[in-house]
Amino acid sequence: MQLTGAEIVVKCLQEEKVEYVFGYPGGSVLYIYDEFFKQDKFKHVLVRHEQAAVHAADAYSRSSKKVGVCLVTSGPGVTNAVTGIATANMDSIPLVIISGQVPTHYIGQDAFQECDTVGITRPCVKHNFLVKDVKDLAVTIKKAFYIAQSGRPGPVLVDIPKDITTHSCEFEYPKTIAMRSYTPHVKCHSGQVKKALQLILEAKRPMLYTGGGVILSDAANQLIKLAHSLGFPVTNTLMGLGGYPATDKQFVGMLGMHGTYEANMAMHHCDVLVAIGARFDDRVIGNPADFGSISRKIIHIDIDPSSIAKRVDVDVPIVGHLPEVLGELQAAFDEQKAKPDAAALAAWWKQINEWRGKNSLKYKQGKEIIMPQYVIEKLYEVTGGEAFVTSDVGQHQMWAAQYYKFDKPRRWINSGGLGTMGVGLPYAMGVRFANPEATVACVTGEASIQMNIQELSTAKQFRLPIKVINLNNRYLGMVRQWQEMFHGNRHAESYVNALPDFVKLAEAYGHVGMQINRPADVEPALREAFGKYKNEFVFMDFITDQTANVYPMIAAGKGLSDMVLAEDL
Amino acid sequence: MRHIISILLENEAGALSRVSGLFSARAFNIESLTVAATEDSSLSRMTIVSSGSDSVIEQITKQLNKLIDVVKVVDLSEAPHIERELMLVKVRATGKDREEMKRVADIFRGRIVDITDSTYVIELTGDCSKLDAFLDVIEKSLVLETVRTGVCGIGRGDRILKV
Repeated sequence: MQLTGAEIVVKCLQEEKVEYVFGYPGGSVLYIYDEFFKQDKFKHVLVRHEQAAVHAADAYSRSSKKVGVCLVTSGPGVTNAVTGIATANMDSIPLVIISGQVPTHYIGQDAFQECDTVGITRPCVKHNFLVKDVKDLAVTIKKAFYIAQSGRPGPVLVDIPKDITTHSCEFEYPKTIAMRSYTPHVKCHSGQVKKALQLILEAKRPMLYTGGGVILSDAANQLIKLAHSLGFPVTNTLMGLGGYPATDKQFVGMLGMHGTYEANMAMHHCDVLVAIGARFDDRVIGNPADFGSISRKIIHIDIDPSSIAKRVDVDVPIVGHLPEVLGELQAAFDEQKAKPDAAALAAWWKQINEWRGKNSLKYKQGKEIIMPQYVIEKLYEVTGGEAFVTSDVGQHQMWAAQYYKFDKPRRWINSGGLGTMGVGLPYAMGVRFANPEATVACVTGEASIQMNIQELSTAKQFRLPIKVINLNNRYLGMVRQWQEMFHGNRHAESYVNALPDFVKLAEAYGHVGMQINRPADVEPALREAFGKYKNEFVFMDFITDQTANVYPMIAAGKGLSDMVLAEDL
Repeated sequence: MRHIISILLENEAGALSRVSGLFSARAFNIESLTVAATEDSSLSRMTIVSSGSDSVIEQITKQLNKLIDVVKVVDLSEAPHIERELMLVKVRATGKDREEMKRVADIFRGRIVDITDSTYVIELTGDCSKLDAFLDVIEKSLVLETVRTGVCGIGRGDRILKV
């Protein structure tokens, strides 16, 4: 069957069982959009800015494991999308981004809306392609979907010049794909698994440290089973929250720069550390030299060999798909008779519980001013811990991570690696498209929300009943906190002046707006939003304490045991 | 330490920039880089000379392997290998220098491949240190221009880098 390039794009997306394409039309992609118009197998979500298209596709993927798909036009369409692509790349999210390009014979001529898309996006994608012949189009899209979701996932961009979308060729969608240069699936090394088990059994102060890899590879069940058989403490990174149930008694909380006292102390003082789908990020272990000052054995399990031994030396590296590796480790453990050293483990738990006794997340809620932490705790109660929570970036993000207890994977959606302000609202949209019945809350701040505020319009068009929890402290809170701690309390450009009236703004877009000023009103307002206004988009503007800081905190470049606690101040 | 890393990669547009971009993005050092198609025109062979601690070189090879277009990566300097570089040097060759320059080129097994009444172009191959030694020996003020290809290398004996 002879098809045009534009028809081929549509057929390929249908073959991949795509449900939604997030995008924005423009000159170079008009033939593709014309074919979208003629079909009804997948739907198109028209955003108001290309950055939001990529974020929405990203959260669609994070909350469902399916590949997120976007379509943007050439030039500014692509450059607007770059922040979204880089965000997904840092957190290893599988996306396929299709971008229009000027016709092949215009490339390099500085044509209208031309940019070097493959060049601009190269450092922030897993891979990208420029299609120069319509005969290569179908196989290229097939490769894009294959590369995006195999191995360590990531975004893949396919740049399609406009003339290619009008050329015709015989269409056949490849059933499978084999690339000699890309063989992502590796079977884990059984010898290494045995070595790891040996270390685990000899441990006196063991620790399981798990990251976003557990979520991305759907390894939560295997992790829970293994952790329960071993009885070891478990900590999650910011990206790993929900990979292990936060209400489980073996969970010691998030670790890192704003992790709990017990998680960071246990991480620092353990003698055998099992890192699972985590990458010893600077926000997690602080200064690697300080981390290395205490000797401990490290077992590192990851799909990506380059994540292993990148920031810390590792004793037992295991490369593989986490569910398989954890399954094999479990089988090896079940097979042999030995158990972890019960006496040592009891002493270790005693120590951890002492650290827990510090209650490092405590704060005081008075009668007058709303504490941001309190809003998150009430959000957790009112939603029964069942909501999908997206966040932007800053203090509110850390409070959401600290105080909302995620028991299930794929419920906590945030930009951990790139730290992109403005993701929260488009993330909430993407989550809702992937989970049409879900309760979706977007925890944000008055600064972050304004970075993609135009999406209030998209949310109206698609009737998305998102609840925006705006923790409004009139400051770039995290910037202000650092200025207070490290820059002589000089608030250089961190006060947010001339804020809009968010209630009126929400209403202008056709949504429900609320402003909440008093602690006593927090819970009733949340109950109203999630009850009476269940099916509405509600913008909740919480006027919170301007001086609240996120604690505990480890200053950048300091070591894990060097925490500043709220009570120290 | 200095390492010679050999890479087989798909002979695709942009493959070179993926490799060079990786080095600049991750602050790895490149002393030289050479690339050309192999006997199989779908593959290119690239040789990169880099230096760094063992952990840096380990990261370089891992990150190279991660690139979708890269088929194979080998650190040639891990085992016996041959390394060669080609250099063309244009020198002033007049008066007594004319004879002296020819003599030194002969000692280094260089060949004079272009000649005018006042200049020679000398072609020299060898490992880096040999080319450096040649430049050290000849009078600096006589050197008009030098051009070096960068290192290419191959493993000795049965070590073969092939798909």
